Amino acid sequence: MEQVLAGIKIIVSDDGYLTDFSQWNKGIGSELAKKEGIEMTSRHWEVISWIQEQVKAGKALSVRGIKKSGVLDIKEFYALFPGGPLKLSTKIAGVPKPKSCI
Amino acid sequence: MKNLVILGAGTAGTMMANHLVSKLKKDTWKITIIDQYKTHYYQPGFLFLPFDIYNEEQVKKVGKKFIPKGVHYIQKKIEQIFPDENKVELEDETLQYDILIVATGCKIAPQETEGMKGKNWHKNVFDFYTYEGSLALRNKLRDWKGGKMIVHFTEMPIKCPVAPLEFVFLADSYFTKKGMRDKVDLTYVTPLGGAFTKPKATAALGHLMKEKNIKVITDFNIEKVDNDKNQIIDYGDKAVDFDLLVTVPTNMGDEVIERSGMGDDLNFVPTHHNTLQSLEHENVFVIGDATNVPASKAGSVAHFASETLTDNILLYIDGKPLKEEFDGHANCFIETGNNKALLIDFNYEFEPLEGTFPIAGIGPLKLLKESILNHWGKLAFRWIYWNMLLKGIPIPLVSRNMSTKGKKIN
Repeated sequence: MEQVLAGIKIIVSDDGYLTDFSQWNKGIGSELAKKEGIEMTSRHWEVISWIQEQVKAGKALSVRGIKKSGVLDIKEFYALFPGGPLKLSTKIAGVPKPKSCI
Repeated sequence: MKNLVILGAGTAGTMMANHLVSKLKKDTWKITIIDQYKTHYYQPGFLFLPFDIYNEEQVKKVGKKFIPKGVHYIQKKIEQIFPDENKVELEDETLQYDILIVATGCKIAPQETEGMKGKNWHKNVFDFYTYEGSLALRNKLRDWKGGKMIVHFTEMPIKCPVAPLEFVFLADSYFTKKGMRDKVDLTYVTPLGGAFTKPKATAALGHLMKEKNIKVITDFNIEKVDNDKNQIIDYGDKAVDFDLLVTVPTNMGDEVIERSGMGDDLNFVPTHHNTLQSLEHENVFVIGDATNVPASKAGSVAHFASETLTDNILLYIDGKPLKEEFDGHANCFIETGNNKALLIDFNYEFEPLEGTFPIAGIGPLKLLKESILNHWGKLAFRWIYWNMLLKGIPIPLVSRNMSTKGKKIN
């Protein structure tokens, strides 16, 4: 479905994930974060870039990956994106959410 | 003579041996397959063993029976692969190869989570991804009086990602049949955002959990198992109590991949998604659960991949470009309890969709819908596995690449 965020028309899935990463920019990321009640800081953006790099490299995202990333530890990951850190950070990063086969 | 060496005589390795024995010239190629274990397990059966639907004898056979004549079988431990030197070191000999097929699979790694393989392992904390775990769980369930039961998986990727869901559905049926469902509090705990994560499957199947009175806890990333309080605790400090925990631990590729420096963080070998050639070494090919390709880790995937890989090995020998053909095709029956099952058919690109299978518009099987026929399909599959799949015999009407015919794409 279509949505207007940061003055730009974007397409998102039913649960609010961008379906086309080429539509992503930092402004959209900030707006997506606001909807989740998150005010972005430079620390948040570092994590977001790391997540985008992982996805670009075709690597699966997991909490284990965060532990080994060297970017941050898991406690901080939860502090930055409270509740469901992978679900929230992938949404803000404009990449698909981690999923199973069904 | 040239040497083609297959590491691992599980589902994928055994299929490759059977495919290649009739395709490679016997006077030029010697095929060797290596596996340290004598027993070949029918792993899908580990789902049924805990509920007394299958017995021990139905899920295991001597592996050698499935290795064709003309293939040299060695039952030894693989110490290390030296891909730059084209050799494999076994416990007491070293083999040179011209072509290597890595089919070393993946397995559970409960030691990766604090407390999981602790004092209560196989007492009130169980896996069902090993023969031992599944059997111990059966014995526990036979006289369990009820309480809080959690069915959980640790993180993706896992072998057969639908198995934990199937397990919780079968548990609901099992306790109902035993007349003790009211004594069991069933909870499904997942690190993902929902029990179902794909839009079409969520729409078609989302009602099942509620209908069966199964609670769902999402976004739970386990940090540890507390064996004194009988709780699982996640990184966000959320704690869930249990009397009986059935968990799928982290899945990892074999340690030999780590010892050989050929894998990623989880010991999966970086592999071309469509040719199945290793990304690092052109004479190394990878198939089945050992790869890092984003397909499901399942026997059906290995089956479809083995057809492409066989063609590609022959192309490689002839010095021709490889086919970029493999599409991540998977085809799986999913038990939903009460003698019903679903069938799903999907690949890298298409999520499981509704429709008919294998004949478009006719079926007789229905995709993404519960039916008794699908359940019979799942049970019949054990025969197909031992008698067709392992032997590399194509399944009639089911092609290696996923067909969009008969599927409701939108």
